Amino acid sequence: MAVLSEEIKQKIRDHFPRYPNKQAVTLPALHLVHDTHRYVSLEAIREIAELLELSPAEVHDTMSFYHFFREKEENRLGRTRLWVCRGLACMLRGGEELLTDLGKKLDTVPGSRTKDDKISLEFAECIGACEGAPCVLINDEYRLDVTPDKQDGLIAELRQ
Amino acid sequence: MADFEPVLLRRVGRPLDIWAYRADGGYRPLEKALNELQPPQIIQMVRDAGLRGRGGAGFSCGLKWSFLPKDHPGPIYLCVNIDESEPCTFNNRYLIENDPHQVIEGVLLACYATRATTAYLYFRYEYGKAARIMQQAIGEAYAHGLLGDNILGKGLNVNAYIHRGAGAYICGEETGLIESLEGKRAWPRIKPPYPAVEGAFRKPTVVNNPETLSCVVHIIDRGADWFKSLGIPSSDPARPERGSYGPKLYNLSGHINKPGTFEIPMGITTQELIDKYGGGVWKGKKAKGAIPGGLSTGILTAAEFDARLDYDDLARYEIMGLGTAAVTVFDEDTSIVDVVYNIARFFSHESCGQCTPCREGTGWMLQILERMRAGQGRREDLDILADVGDRIGIIPGTTICGLSDGAGWPIKNAVKKFRAEFEAYIKSGQKKQTVSLALAHH
Ligand SMILES: Cc1cc2nc3c(=O)[nH]c(=O)nc-3n(C[C@H](O)[C@H](O)[C@H](O)COP(=O)(O)O)c2cc1C
Ligand code: SF4
Ligand code: FES
Repeated sequence: MAVLSEEIKQKIRDHFPRYPNKQAVTLPALHLVHDTHRYVSLEAIREIAELLELSPAEVHDTMSFYHFFREKEENRLGRTRLWVCRGLACMLRGGEELLTDLGKKLDTVPGSRTKDDKISLEFAECIGACEGAPCVLINDEYRLDVTPDKQDGLIAELRQ
Repeated sequence: MADFEPVLLRRVGRPLDIWAYRADGGYRPLEKALNELQPPQIIQMVRDAGLRGRGGAGFSCGLKWSFLPKDHPGPIYLCVNIDESEPCTFNNRYLIENDPHQVIEGVLLACYATRATTAYLYFRYEYGKAARIMQQAIGEAYAHGLLGDNILGKGLNVNAYIHRGAGAYICGEETGLIESLEGKRAWPRIKPPYPAVEGAFRKPTVVNNPETLSCVVHIIDRGADWFKSLGIPSSDPARPERGSYGPKLYNLSGHINKPGTFEIPMGITTQELIDKYGGGVWKGKKAKGAIPGGLSTGILTAAEFDARLDYDDLARYEIMGLGTAAVTVFDEDTSIVDVVYNIARFFSHESCGQCTPCREGTGWMLQILERMRAGQGRREDLDILADVGDRIGIIPGTTICGLSDGAGWPIKNAVKKFRAEFEAYIKSGQKKQTVSLALAHH
């Protein structure tokens, strides 16, 4: 059974003219599927490979290199991916405590999602926003200065 | 120095759109180049200016461009390295979020000089905001005839595309970036061949940092002599090319009153940067030390803060270059073991695993530090750390890329400079159960 919608397939094909070969569209394709499905199933890998004229093993090899992509349905992402920075500048200003606190408050651990499926907690290496340490990344946008008094507000916002 | 007016950051706070950029004089250096200068002249100007790459290695930009094969039928590619994943570094992000067209103008000048026709802007995934700002700017540039075919009616053809990574530090290494762009695992390549000869899609390729490219705009605008009037000449008269010239973006983070991005002519001392720009160490405390240019470069003790942050002077304190000019200060109450543990954890996590000394060595160093923090440190651990740190990397010749040099360097540096503190820590048998230990298995 096909899992990629025609819309996603077209978005993948739209990338072809940008590169001299189709393999270069691997990362863009994985991002498109991962963003929508919240994981990239084996069947999705097969369909991406077919579009890119690659072996599924090549797509899987690239995908598994980046520990970024989820492969299994039971391990899929929640609605929002909340990354807590554990880099040095954040560590010096309470980053490790922030990660512990959020884990407790969300009742989950990095790499897993909340029971209501709304938030996936992750740790990140330095997210390049150290002027606002400790900071987090909400999907792919940083939020600076997440001091202890801001934790509850952040969680409420992401649960909405 | 006091009356230095920002150059790269002169438009911070101004609107980001192309109309405002042009109203502020933007894209005039490009017009000037297309009207008055041939590509080899631009390469010569950039060489004369003494512009060295801002991405970490500090290689002469003009010299790198001159390595491209002459009369190559094409295509030639430009890869803009916006992976910026060296911990505690964010000046590229700040630059792009505040003035994306300046970077595009630098891209166009580089493409004109090198005859590249396609530019890939490789953004680390975490820079979503910067990538969207850049996407908007690229769209505007196409609409204004500044990207695409026959740019400004001068026959220059350049396409620019954003390519987003997926959270791996190694994609910042130039050949790791190229492999990642090609849709493969980001395993750095053995060099030679260097990218200038065989890079992306096996074609000649230039990899540059966006700050380097932004400097090119102002070299064209104001001349090589102006660029060289900022900064510090080489301390070795026999090697004038080793000077540190031009304006530079410095990052400050950690235990500092005013963290941020500051543009200063190359060569400010660490102490001055901390006091004058960062408002001093937080909470009225003293500094214990600082990382001067991203984690890979090593550790300065507070007594070494007279070191100038340029390509030359840091070597006095066994620091591996200017790196990314990202200074992270830690105060007197910080445990050096915690700092070094954080560094070791990063590199162990980010080693791409291709070379055994790097994959295993970074893991060993992390395990030793974990053990130390569990109260089980042994005296000989310090020698093992220094020894491992010494044996991994392209400098001793055991690995493919420089990640492992950057992993070993700060550890042996710290063990040497803070040995007494390490020894006291081990002797005390203190335990530090941190969140990172508790969560290490996820
Ligand atoms: C492990 C590793 C990571 C790197 N990360 C970056 C990076 O994030 N950004 C960057 O511009 N250069 C990075 N570099 C340096 C690049 O390999 C390359 O030298 C640089 O992009 C060239 O641009 P420049 O000459 O304009 O500085 C890294 C190098 C290594 C060994
Ligand atoms: S040195 Fe380390 S990061 Fe670089 S290629 Fe080898 S294993 Fe990978
Ligand atoms: S260390 Fe957290 S953003 Fe850099």
